[in-house]
Amino acid sequence: MSRNWEVVIGLEIHTQLATKSKIFSGAATAYGAAPNTQACLVDLGYPGTLPVLNEEVVRMATKFGLAVNAEIARRSVFARKNYFYPDLPKGYQISQYELPIVGEGELFIEDADGKQKRIGITRAHLEEDAGKSIHEGLDRHSGIDLNRAGTPLLEIVSEPDLRSAQEAVAYMRKIHSIVRYLEISDGNMQEGSFRCDANVSVRPRGQEKLGTRAELKNLNSFRFVEKAINYEVERQIEILEDGGEVVQETRLYDSDKDETRSMRSKEEANDYRYFPDPDLLPVEIDEEYIAAVRATLPELPAAKQQRFIEQYSIKPEDADILTTSRALADYFETAAGATDGKAQVVANWVIGELTGALNKESLEIEQSPVSPEALAQLVSRISDDTISGKIAKEVFEAMWRGEGSADAIIEAKGLRQITDNSAIEAIVDQVIAANPGQAAEYRAGKDKLIGFFVGQVMKETQGKANPGAVNKLLKDKLSG
Amino acid sequence: MSLDKDQVQHIAVLARLHLADDEFAETVQKLSRIVDFVDQLVAAPTDDVVPMAHPVNQAQRLRPDRVSEPNDREHLQQNAAETSDGLYLVPKVIE
Repeated sequence: MSRNWEVVIGLEIHTQLATKSKIFSGAATAYGAAPNTQACLVDLGYPGTLPVLNEEVVRMATKFGLAVNAEIARRSVFARKNYFYPDLPKGYQISQYELPIVGEGELFIEDADGKQKRIGITRAHLEEDAGKSIHEGLDRHSGIDLNRAGTPLLEIVSEPDLRSAQEAVAYMRKIHSIVRYLEISDGNMQEGSFRCDANVSVRPRGQEKLGTRAELKNLNSFRFVEKAINYEVERQIEILEDGGEVVQETRLYDSDKDETRSMRSKEEANDYRYFPDPDLLPVEIDEEYIAAVRATLPELPAAKQQRFIEQYSIKPEDADILTTSRALADYFETAAGATDGKAQVVANWVIGELTGALNKESLEIEQSPVSPEALAQLVSRISDDTISGKIAKEVFEAMWRGEGSADAIIEAKGLRQITDNSAIEAIVDQVIAANPGQAAEYRAGKDKLIGFFVGQVMKETQGKANPGAVNKLLKDKLSG
Repeated sequence: MSLDKDQVQHIAVLARLHLADDEFAETVQKLSRIVDFVDQLVAAPTDDVVPMAHPVNQAQRLRPDRVSEPNDREHLQQNAAETSDGLYLVPKVIE
């Protein structure tokens, strides 16, 4: 990327709210149901039906607004966004336009230099999702499944404050983490519950005026957001450096080819003719309601991260990772609480071995076969010198396979560290005697050979000797 | 005339309406008359008036988040021109 160009990105994140029923009807919202089995008269846009707003979506939007320090509109209005598409039976989407429920807010991400950077949130508004069109395998037809029509969405719009694909991803991760902490969305990206459009432009460094932007549609993974933006930035810089002009348009990211391409929509420039929906009255929210919702807010990721750093003295970057989800944070706290001040060691294990093992089998932390208490016992056996860190990995693997607790496995496999110095000493003598050549070289100044001797002793003891003790004994003997 | 031919053409496209050439002039005229009629409102002094989102001066009533509409697909799809495997079929939409 060129040093002469500044990248400007704003994100629109669509979060599906985790309600049982739809935003304006009593049809179910469960994912994966047979086509059109969760689409009632209201969702199908039958004449004579009227939308009735779900109280839960108002509560969830309010929760989100409070979590990002935003103004909650005391009065917000639903509007019709008019366009034609077969998966939108009414011919308009009910959304919010001039008076959204959540006003200006903010959150903080870490920039490339590790400094806190404020990202402005312009607004967040409620709207209904459209249905799904299926184009494959139906010959001259398209098939329409309206199960998703009327599913509640919260669209969260950021200011154009993001300056790189990495920042965009960091911001998106924060929002993802917040909506899951608040339990207002499952955030499942494969199922489309959390997706994003990115407005991307570049401008010569130092220029005030924004460049012409392209809108990248429907990015449904963190990796795609990063790749799509990077591709798009390169594309725009190339055009501008060749003396061309960027066209304002909507582009789709193709993950197979890793490129964005124009949607070449033959539609006229978007003309949605928004107007207040006469079927819905303004939503009014009072102070009492806001206070009641505020009282239900959980500890949020940023606050939790700060507390972890102070309370457990763990590294800030580890605290950041451990607070990505509530379940992970809870796991860490339970495990750390069950050890005697070994929180950083617990953090290392949770982030390292445990997360690695979970990822390998595509498991969530809630499904971990190793409980936090069990992990705490393992960590305690390292800190009380019962086993070495290396052996601990072997014990962990056995725990993962369900072979029992750390203590039981250490006992059953005889993995207890040899703490009897005379036993280690005997092996050290034996190893030195068996390798006279290396011993001579070491004595002649080849210090690095100490590693070879430690390795040999560890091999003889099947890793059960205390590495510190082995090192010291070897040095004493070899120099003697 | 408050609307010109291009504006009416634009509205027709948005509404997915085809206007025959001989209907065009008349449509421009009729639509313009409606717009002119409504435009009289512009003359009303509204500086101190709060914009009204709805003529009924009340707040939206909310419903509890409960699934109250069971699956009624078989019944509802009797109204559809064509269905297949539970999907409503429409003329192919090309992206």
